Formats: sequence, structure tokens, C-alpha cells
Amino acid sequence: MMEVVTIPPFERFYEEHRDAVFGFLVRRLGRQRAEDAFQDTFLRALRAYARLEHGENLRGWVMTIASRVAIDDSRRLWQGTEVPDIETVDELPSDAELREMTAELPPKERAAVVLRYGYDLSYEQIGAALGSSSEAARQAASSGVRRLRRKEIR
Amino acid sequence: MIRVPTDLDRRFREVAAAAGLLDVAYDLTDSPVGELLVAATDLGVCRISYQPESALDVLTTTFGMRILRVPERLDPVRRQLDEYFEGRRQTFELDTDLRPLPDFQRVVLEELVRVQYGEVTTYGGLAGRIGRPRAARAVGGALNRNPVPIVLPCHRVVGASGSLVGYAGGLDRKRALLELEGAFAPPLS
Repeated sequence: MMEVVTIPPFERFYEEHRDAVFGFLVRRLGRQRAEDAFQDTFLRALRAYARLEHGENLRGWVMTIASRVAIDDSRRLWQGTEVPDIETVDELPSDAELREMTAELPPKERAAVVLRYGYDLSYEQIGAALGSSSEAARQAASSGVRRLRRKEIR
Repeated sequence: MIRVPTDLDRRFREVAAAAGLLDVAYDLTDSPVGELLVAATDLGVCRISYQPESALDVLTTTFGMRILRVPERLDPVRRQLDEYFEGRRQTFELDTDLRPLPDFQRVVLEELVRVQYGEVTTYGGLAGRIGRPRAARAVGGALNRNPVPIVLPCHRVVGASGSLVGYAGGLDRKRALLELEGAFAPPLS
């Protein structure tokens, strides 16, 4: 009988594979782009983690996700299809700034705003991370931004 | 080997939590009664453990696999515990998540919160307070499996003779907590 390899808590999985994944992405994409791809890889892994059926070859599994992320990233760069919205023309706000700014938003809007403007993820990626459609992600981000603007004016 | 930059690592953890993708966020914290693992779901504190090494696996079976160390998420818990251990806090203002517990245990723990700082009661006394005066032993069992010690103060419950009796974290810790609170700390039986 085959023995089922148990799935470790995500923390252990992440600790065990994060350096290998980051190294791989740096070699494929360069240091700068590797950082975003790293976030994207482990957000996708986290999203799929609850559906895993066994803990066999998790290194291979996460490396597969990382290669797909790297391919997507290169393709996007090559095609130049990433047309920034008006809001993203400005430089990305620093992480601390963004966290402080969005502290009072409802959690889903906060996550969408942070992922979009702090990490420059596409709405499709954000939708995947939040478990919703890309359209819902776009709406959450824009309603978050509107809320922030109202706050600024006050 | 290239290592993940600390800043990127921290950002990933916070984004994962902010995106609502975690079953449980946890952190480790030092205290006068040893290192503690503190853990919370979106609803509140779900675990304070004196055995950080084994606590992760237990949390996994109870709440799910998506467990990540996110210190920022546990800031309020850590702060209130620090204040408590420095003698500056007598009540905790923290939500708890006791969903996985059987009804009887939840009733016991909810009544337990009303035993004030610096006071003690007995297992039988607590049983009486929930209208089950003969259930002292069952109350003892429920307290022994308290998932959120310190915040839910099972250390304030002692034996009928006034002896400390038992504590999942060990009698030395129970004594230390009662001494901190200025409650009468009887000798070890």
C-alpha cells in the first residue's frame, strides 16, 4: 500500500522552499522582477494549498507554480501588454505608507488596493489571490481608492 | 544559495494575511513563564500554547493547513500579554475564537472569564456557577484543555482544599501567575 505523505502546515512548507523558489526566480527574471514573482508564486500556492491531497514532492509542485509565474511575467514584458492605469503612472507608494493609508479600509478592499498599487499585481492575479473574479477584484480596488479619496478630502 | 530578503519575506506574510488567505496567523513571544505561541483566526485568539513546537500541528488539524507566522497580526495580543506580565493589565480586551470546542467546554470557559484578577475559585465553585454543581470533575477536564490559557484564566481555579491541583502548563506556571496577580498561592501539595 502506498503511504500518504501528510501535508505540513503552510509555514513549514514556505520555510522549506522559499529560498529555492527565490533563487530560481532571480536566475530567470533578475532580482527586481523576482520579488513580485515570488509574492505571486506563494500567494498562488497558498490559495491552492487547502485543495492539496497529499504532501508528496511539494518542491516540484511549488517550482511548477514558480515557472508558470516566470513565463507569464516574461510574456507580459515581451508583449508589452501591461498598460498602466492612470493611478499606477505614479511611483509605487512605499509599503509602510500603503499599509498606514489603507488601515481603515474593509479587509477585501484593503487587500485589493495593497496588491494592486503596492505589488502591482494584475486584477486577474488579485482575483485569484482573493478567491474572486478579476472583475470583483477591480471593483474592490476602485471602491477602496474612492473611499481613500473621500477620506483625504475630509 | 540566494536567500529571500527579510523585507520581502515580511511583505509576503502580511499580504497573505491581508488578502484573507490564512486559516491561522501566529507568532512566538517571550514571557516570564517561558516562550509562548500565540495564534489567531479572523475571529480572535484561538490558541496560546506553552509548547510552541507541537502547537502548529494541533492547530492544523483544528483550523486548517494555511497557517503562517505573521507577527504584525498578533501585535494586540502580544502587547496585552506584556502589559499583563508587567502588572499593568488586569483584564484582556481580546476576542477569542472557541468555535471548535464542545458546548460544555465553551460554557465553562465563558463563566471562567468572570473570575476576576487576583481572585481564585474552586472546580466545584465554578461547576455551581454554571448550574452543574456535581460536575466539578468535568469542569476540571474542560479547564485542562483550555486552548487560550492566561487570557481565559484557568489558573484561577484551584482544588477544594486550596491546593493548586493541576495545570496543563505545569504547576510552577500556575503558581507564578497567581503570585503575579497577588492571589493567595498555597504551597504545592
